[in-house]
Amino acid sequence: MNGDSAPERIPEALPAPKAGRSLPLVWLVPAVALLIGAWLALSTWFERGPVIEIHFHTAEGLQAGKTRIKYKDVDVGHIGEIALAGDLSGVIATAHLSKGAEKLLVEDTRFWVVRPRISGSSVSGLQTLLSGTYVAVDVGKSTQRRRLFIGLEQPPAFTTDAPGRTLTLRAEDIGSLDIGSPVYYRRLQVGQVAAYALEADGKAVKVTIFINAPYDRFVSGHSRFWHASGIDVALDADGVRVKTESLMSLAIGGIAFDAPFDEPEPAPIPPDLVFDLHRSQAVAFKSPDRLADSYVLVFNQSVRGLQPGAPVDFRGIVVGEVAAIHTQYDPQRERISIPVEIRIYPERFTSRLRGGAPKAGRLSKDGKFVARLVERGLRAQLRTASLLTGQLYVALDFFPEAPKAQLDVAQSPPELPTTASTLEDLHATIVSLANKLERVPLEQMASDFTNAMQSLDTLARRLDTELAPEARATLAEMRKTLAEATKTMGDASRTFGAAEKSLAPDSALFAELQDAAREFARTAQSLRTLADYLERNPQALLRGKSADAQ
Amino acid sequence: MSAAAERGLFSCGTCGLVSRAPAAPGAACPRCHTRLAFRKPRSIAHCWAYLVAAMALYVPANTLPIMYTSSLFGSSEDTILSGVLYLWDSGSWYLALIVFAASIVVPLAKIIALAALAASVQFGWGSRRAERARLYRLVESIGRWSMLDIFVVALLVALVQLTALAAVRAGPAAPAFGAVVVLTMAAAQSFDPRLIWDDERR
Repeated sequence: MNGDSAPERIPEALPAPKAGRSLPLVWLVPAVALLIGAWLALSTWFERGPVIEIHFHTAEGLQAGKTRIKYKDVDVGHIGEIALAGDLSGVIATAHLSKGAEKLLVEDTRFWVVRPRISGSSVSGLQTLLSGTYVAVDVGKSTQRRRLFIGLEQPPAFTTDAPGRTLTLRAEDIGSLDIGSPVYYRRLQVGQVAAYALEADGKAVKVTIFINAPYDRFVSGHSRFWHASGIDVALDADGVRVKTESLMSLAIGGIAFDAPFDEPEPAPIPPDLVFDLHRSQAVAFKSPDRLADSYVLVFNQSVRGLQPGAPVDFRGIVVGEVAAIHTQYDPQRERISIPVEIRIYPERFTSRLRGGAPKAGRLSKDGKFVARLVERGLRAQLRTASLLTGQLYVALDFFPEAPKAQLDVAQSPPELPTTASTLEDLHATIVSLANKLERVPLEQMASDFTNAMQSLDTLARRLDTELAPEARATLAEMRKTLAEATKTMGDASRTFGAAEKSLAPDSALFAELQDAAREFARTAQSLRTLADYLERNPQALLRGKSADAQ
Repeated sequence: MSAAAERGLFSCGTCGLVSRAPAAPGAACPRCHTRLAFRKPRSIAHCWAYLVAAMALYVPANTLPIMYTSSLFGSSEDTILSGVLYLWDSGSWYLALIVFAASIVVPLAKIIALAALAASVQFGWGSRRAERARLYRLVESIGRWSMLDIFVVALLVALVQLTALAAVRAGPAAPAFGAVVVLTMAAAQSFDPRLIWDDERR
């Protein structure tokens, strides 16, 4: 206290009675803040969806924290982190899905990255050029939950919820097929290739195709499938036929299918049926041969132009094919032979007309029947299919004049006797003809010919010297005679001209002649009158004309 | 040194007039009629309340996205920290530092400093009164800089609205962050620095 004067001048505060003790409202502030904070935290927590891991081959186009995950174009989450897989074989993308996305995460759900893709048949994902890539989801049908997925490298050809049917085909090779290649039914695109894979043994390709509803009901257990990729050019009696499914399939390949015969109701398809994918429609529609008999043919001629697969025909009908061509060395007889193995499909000998008795007329395997046929002259022969290419085929036919032979049933496969080919015969004929030609005395003939020509020449010369002058004189005379004749003809012509002139209708002579003629006619008339009168009155000759006659 | 309160003198918080306390409890400024008290009433309690609220909202303000950006090229959401990291990664480290300081360090520092001051008064820690007073002045002066983030977001939301091409929306962290700043300012306001010296004599 340093002096009381200062406090004296300090004014006294006004008395203000304290208001009733109010609630400490300030504590509402932290309460509200806590409530808000808790609500935010809880809502964030509850909105958090499942976190999954997707294994991709590459992170091309993926951005951590940015790339969205879309199902049917609806945003269902985003890629959180991208890390390399432990074994560096790919990348693992951690995806944060939104709440409620658990339903999407089942065993067969598929994820793939949507990028712009241009393939032969389609252009897709162009919008991602602007918006950036995104991960698309196709939800599976399983109920098994899953948190780790393997991302697809290629977008699936169809989504799980697309109505239709998946079929498996077995093909020798993939041809020009690719995922998305069209499947045609009556040249209408009804589906596409969904996937393909080499079979485990590497001997065939398994192609999975998807047929869209409602076309899937046209597939039956009997349907045949074939590659519709290429052009089928056939040259036959009708000319050249070019057959192809469509220009599109020509470019990108495709599969076509059809039933081999009319079915009132499509046959049901067993669930694990694997269809064969044939090379062409003709092959697909060929009835399958279940039975095959093998025979061996030994030819004593070149088999150049004969290939495995070449047809074996019987009088023009293909009944089998060449299976293999070997060379065999027989050390005992020191001979090299070329056994050709053929396969005969005995079912093709079965008479269709005698349906219901499949055994009837069958070329049976027991050998007796074939042996009998061989006795009657059944022989195999190499024939040229095309002189241009020199392709050979094996023909079976009866040669009753062929030397006797036996079917070697003991051998397996049995050996069918062969006969020399027609071309071979032709060859022999040409050779003998050439030999005969060689024996002809060509030189002698040539000298005789020269002599004959010389005599002809002398004859001509004699004719020239002896006959020609006389002929010339005769000709001169003839010319003279002709000139005179011409003159005579001229005179005659003149005479005729004068005659013509004097006989013209307006000439004096003509007029006089006419007058004379008229006069003559009148005279004749008078004479006739006189004659009539005299006939009626003969006495007039004596008495003269009577008066009453006037 | 002696406090005015010990001599029964009020200092008006509005006009600064000093007046003597009347005999009856409760007083008002004779000049501007503001209600008078020796110290801000329940200063420490208010300060704590505001601080607790600020702390409660500080967590969502930093963990939730403050801004959603969507454009033709995709959409993204950013928290304050991810924005700072983005700035740092893209080379604008000075901007990153400014945003980091203004948006993360300053609010946190304010909360810690005010909590320390309130605790020191409440539990009567007698030492370093001058430093504590300096700390208080510092806290009060930097408060206004903390709204930087809110200004940025508000500007972007208003400017970038090209519906189809690009759009910016404020995230749930934006109001939370704004509330944190406001609450720390209120806490600083409610703290009465004179309390630092009140127990000096005891």
